[in-house]
Amino acid sequence: MFFTYLRRELRRRRKAALVISMGLALGIGLVLTVTSVSAGMKNAQSTVLHSLYGLGTDITVTKSAAAGAGGGAQKFGIQQSGSGSKSSSADRLSVNQGTATMASSTVTQVASQSNVEAAVGSLLLNDFKFDGSFKLKSGTSSTSTGTGQGGGQQGGEGGGQGGTPPSGAANFSLNTLTIMGTDTSNITVGPLSSLKITSGVNFTSAQSNSLVAVVDSSYATQKKLKVGSTVTISGKAFKVIGIATASSGTSAANVYIPLTQAQTLADMKNKVTTVYVKASSSQQISAVKTAITKNVSGTTVTTASDLASTVSGSLSTAANLVTSMGKWLSLAVLAAAFLISSLLTSSAVNRRVREFGTLKALGWRSKRVIGQVMGEALVNGLIGGVLGIALGLAGAAAITAFSPTLSASTASSTASQGGPGGGGGPGQAASAAAKAIEVHLTAPVTLSAIAVAVALAVAGGLVAGGFGGWRASRLRPADALRRVE
Amino acid sequence: MYRLSGVTKHYSRGKETVRALDGIDLEIPDGGQLVIQGPTGGGKSTLLQMLGGLDRPTGGTVELAGHDLGAIGEAKLTKVRAELIGFVFQSFNLIPTLSAQENVETALVPMGIAKEERHKRAFAALESVGLGERSNHVPSELSGGQQQRVAIARALVKEPKVLLADEPTGNLDEETRDEIMELLHGLWRERGLTFIMVTHDTAIAGRAPRLATIRAGKVTVSENADAQVWAG
Ligand SMILES: Nc1ncnc2c1ncn2[C@@H]1O[C@H](COP(=O)(O)OP(=O)(O)O)[C@@H](O)[C@H]1O
Ligand SMILES: [Mg+2]
Repeated sequence: MFFTYLRRELRRRRKAALVISMGLALGIGLVLTVTSVSAGMKNAQSTVLHSLYGLGTDITVTKSAAAGAGGGAQKFGIQQSGSGSKSSSADRLSVNQGTATMASSTVTQVASQSNVEAAVGSLLLNDFKFDGSFKLKSGTSSTSTGTGQGGGQQGGEGGGQGGTPPSGAANFSLNTLTIMGTDTSNITVGPLSSLKITSGVNFTSAQSNSLVAVVDSSYATQKKLKVGSTVTISGKAFKVIGIATASSGTSAANVYIPLTQAQTLADMKNKVTTVYVKASSSQQISAVKTAITKNVSGTTVTTASDLASTVSGSLSTAANLVTSMGKWLSLAVLAAAFLISSLLTSSAVNRRVREFGTLKALGWRSKRVIGQVMGEALVNGLIGGVLGIALGLAGAAAITAFSPTLSASTASSTASQGGPGGGGGPGQAASAAAKAIEVHLTAPVTLSAIAVAVALAVAGGLVAGGFGGWRASRLRPADALRRVE
Repeated sequence: MYRLSGVTKHYSRGKETVRALDGIDLEIPDGGQLVIQGPTGGGKSTLLQMLGGLDRPTGGTVELAGHDLGAIGEAKLTKVRAELIGFVFQSFNLIPTLSAQENVETALVPMGIAKEERHKRAFAALESVGLGERSNHVPSELSGGQQQRVAIARALVKEPKVLLADEPTGNLDEETRDEIMELLHGLWRERGLTFIMVTHDTAIAGRAPRLATIRAGKVTVSENADAQVWAG
């Protein structure tokens, strides 16, 4: 009888059932859409973080220099003396301003912490390359005025600044180039993990001290480099074995070379600027962070979620909107949907006072009547759940189809932000340039989100049924004689 | 056997207390018939509720087949209603979404009767009130008289000891009223049940062999041996 009665009620009072279901459906649909949008936001954020810090990297360990130290204006060993023409070229390799190096032993120390799966060190260098020629005139000339000419043709991250020689004419350029010395033995963690080789090959562990390089594709295009070409750094020729793009957006450096080579070139034996850490599981990240902070003193430990807060732009604005407003909005709508369906269910019971009173007069136990009301509410909830999932899928699909573009920007490519360092000097133009990355927002609907929607539908049905059932339980058999309707 | 002694029922409305029943003593033998009449608000429906175990008296005892309906527990009272008492209401009180057949079956649900048996008995009951062909119709597809016949089938399908009817013809025209009265009397005679009916229809009251009149919560019973009882 339970199912017959249930079926008859739902079929013959279809409209009332649909109204209750639609309320729940709206709430559930919104929750599902917001859940999938925030999952999409998370994906977008991790895309951004991965492209910046490496796919396999959970934590970075850096050391920041005391403000004002470490940076400072660079001096070039170029002297102007005498007259005539002079040609000059110089490389200067240095770490980022505000960054201090750490001993390579830090890598082993970090790796020995519990729950650390892997730790690799890298040395990020800025290479200021000066090329220029001067023509100096002795004596004075009233007709010719010397002008300095900047040579900032590099574009991208390069920057140049022309000097103004006292008199005469100068023609020189200043190239800046970022070089990442990386551990070639583990390409799954650290800067190499976010690279996608588009031509050539990646490093192998045998190349830990070879004169080979992987070049970022946009830099390669700019400098017309191909696999097999050479790049010269501080007078040493490196053979290009691979061209790579960052999985998304901009890569962390222009040229990647084996760590040992970088250390030798920069005269920084056994020094690293960043330790990239992979935790044994994502649940362990904060524990690992705590352990490193405690046991490896003087370092700055940054997790991906710390980094997320340094990401700005429309992505983070949207992510904040979704996590704060979207969550509250959908909770509010859901609560309203629960409340409305509860009120509708109990008002439906009120309209059926005589019906339920009659059943009680016929000897139906209260439990059976409550069960009937609960059953109807539960089915309404499930119908609402199905409609809600359909609405949610439609909403998510619409967002994915529309695929709005979000941009994310970070202050620096490295985890260490330090102070602004010493002012002045062409070093300002280093890789500290802000990076903007564009990602497309999708709204993936996960199975667990659907499970949540089903659970909400059941919960909504039970809450509404609870209200209605409570109302029905208070009816007396004498209500069969009540004059209602 | 119904035995009522000193039955009172008080309703409180705000500060006021309504004495709907004010000391009722009454005996109704098994297989007997009683028609209850009286002015509106006199307490007829209240008395019927006490007899049917739909509500409990404020004072006194209502005894049916050894049960004190005012004192037994809720579960027991529900069982008494399910097994011993059949109800017919003025406005039929059929479940609007269920067919005639299913409506009749609702009376068998609390008895835990298997589906097959329930079907068979419900259909037989509908046939006995002349509605065998209408078993699949919902109430809104039936006339008032037909709906009341379904309600009578529902009351009798479980073969109760008592049939209680509160103004069963109150919503029917005169011709239909006579049909229903004849049907009820026929069933009463045939089945040997106790039949208690409330009415404010003087034509019906005039044809009752035993008539209780309730006024302001008090009852007086009169016998009329010459009453021209209903055929059927
Ligand atoms: N549930 C109730 N609450 C308050 N007063 C009630 C209730 N039921 C009946 N009454 C009152 O009790 C009196 C008797 O009512 P009732 O038995 O329905 O009379 P009748 O059926 O003879 O018209 C009336 O005054 C009525 O207003
Ligand atoms: Mg009445």
